Amino acid sequence: MAKTDGNVYTVIFATIMVIAVGGILSALAVGLKPAISENERFEKQQNILYAMGVNENVEGDNAVNFIPTDKVEAEFKNYIKESYIIQNGKLDNVADSIAFKIDMKKQSKLSKSERKLPLFIGERDGGKYYVIPMYGKGLWDAIWGYVALDKDLVVQGVYFDHKGETPGLGANIKERYFMDDFTGEQIMSKTQYAGISVAKGNNDPKNDDKTDNEVDALAGATITGDGVSAMIKSTLKLYIPHIKELNKKS
Amino acid sequence: MAILSKKDQRLILDPLADDNPITIQVLGICSALAITAQLKASIVMAIAVLFVMGVGNVVISLMRNIIPSKIRIIVQLIVVATLVIIVDQVLKAYAYSLSKELSVFVGLIITNCIIMGRFEAFALANGPARSFLDGIGNALGYGVILIIIGFFRELLGSGTLLGFKVLGDPIEKTGLYSIGYENNGFMLLSPMALIVVGLIIWVQRSRNKALIEEN
Repeated sequence: MAKTDGNVYTVIFATIMVIAVGGILSALAVGLKPAISENERFEKQQNILYAMGVNENVEGDNAVNFIPTDKVEAEFKNYIKESYIIQNGKLDNVADSIAFKIDMKKQSKLSKSERKLPLFIGERDGGKYYVIPMYGKGLWDAIWGYVALDKDLVVQGVYFDHKGETPGLGANIKERYFMDDFTGEQIMSKTQYAGISVAKGNNDPKNDDKTDNEVDALAGATITGDGVSAMIKSTLKLYIPHIKELNKKS
Repeated sequence: MAILSKKDQRLILDPLADDNPITIQVLGICSALAITAQLKASIVMAIAVLFVMGVGNVVISLMRNIIPSKIRIIVQLIVVATLVIIVDQVLKAYAYSLSKELSVFVGLIITNCIIMGRFEAFALANGPARSFLDGIGNALGYGVILIIIGFFRELLGSGTLLGFKVLGDPIEKTGLYSIGYENNGFMLLSPMALIVVGLIIWVQRSRNKALIEEN
């Protein structure tokens, strides 16, 4: 019997291998972390600006085009004027970097009173934009995004992203033909808060009626769509009183 | 190639044509369908697999006499997984948008049948130098097909190559589009990749009758 067949040898080999591999990988992770987190920061800035309508989209083309990463840092400073944190029903003006660092995934797991909700205020062409980060559940995994409201609580733009929705179905929430439908949509039904529902079989597939609080659903993505509706509805509800409060101030 | 013996040359050249992992061994189809909608993603995937295959084959070959036979598949898996994580992290650090695009498929290199197949069939029984050549050869064979598919899908589907509008502008109707040419959006969907693979297999086998299996 070869020496490599023994149980003791096998166990020792496995142990050494795991330790060696673990060491290599953790060294790599530590070494690359600064570069990776910088990329993630740029991505978040791109997403926030995208929701505000600051992007390089081309009319008629269906591709999502962000502000390029080499410019996004400067553009972000240029457009985002103020940041707030809402905690326990109280609104606090904070430095942009503090609100920016809040991880919605972690916050969504905290209890209501501990949860910090960031709010970014941007200005573009003289108009004021309230950019709200959202975090929710799709069919397979997390979905998240940003929605920009103006002072009249009309949606000015959205950005959605997902971790693992079905390619070709639920994953299409990050396609322009879905996201563009939200622009101009009301979140209030007269004076009542209604959110926006991703509705199938609605009477307005071309989305001409912006006051019906509905956008047309994606075929084959019912649960992802429901997740988007629920995410918008539950998130915006927490922000609306504070946006009204901020409106009064200015 | 003079520095390599005839036998070693075949290790590199065979997988490029007559023993191609995709078209002849029909391995690694899943990634060939999934990420070839653009030429750029195909090229990056080819490079990533080239790295994992080349290094992985050498590592397995170096350890071939000390790997306990009872857990050899797990050891192979750990080697692939480690290399794939390295590729994934490096992409995230230096080519972030590309890594988002490739997303799960970089992780899927782990399950790419070509890699485990070459570890088990070749690296466990051969020295590191020959294993390296075998790994490079098979990865190149895989990459060549990936790049061919990516070329046709991006050209016919989006009218671009590596992002450059080679056929004119579809919106402003310049170039080919001015005479009524339209992009075929179907080329961007995975089923068309399967058809392109099928066409490549057809062309290859009709040129070399020896490759046709007997029923």
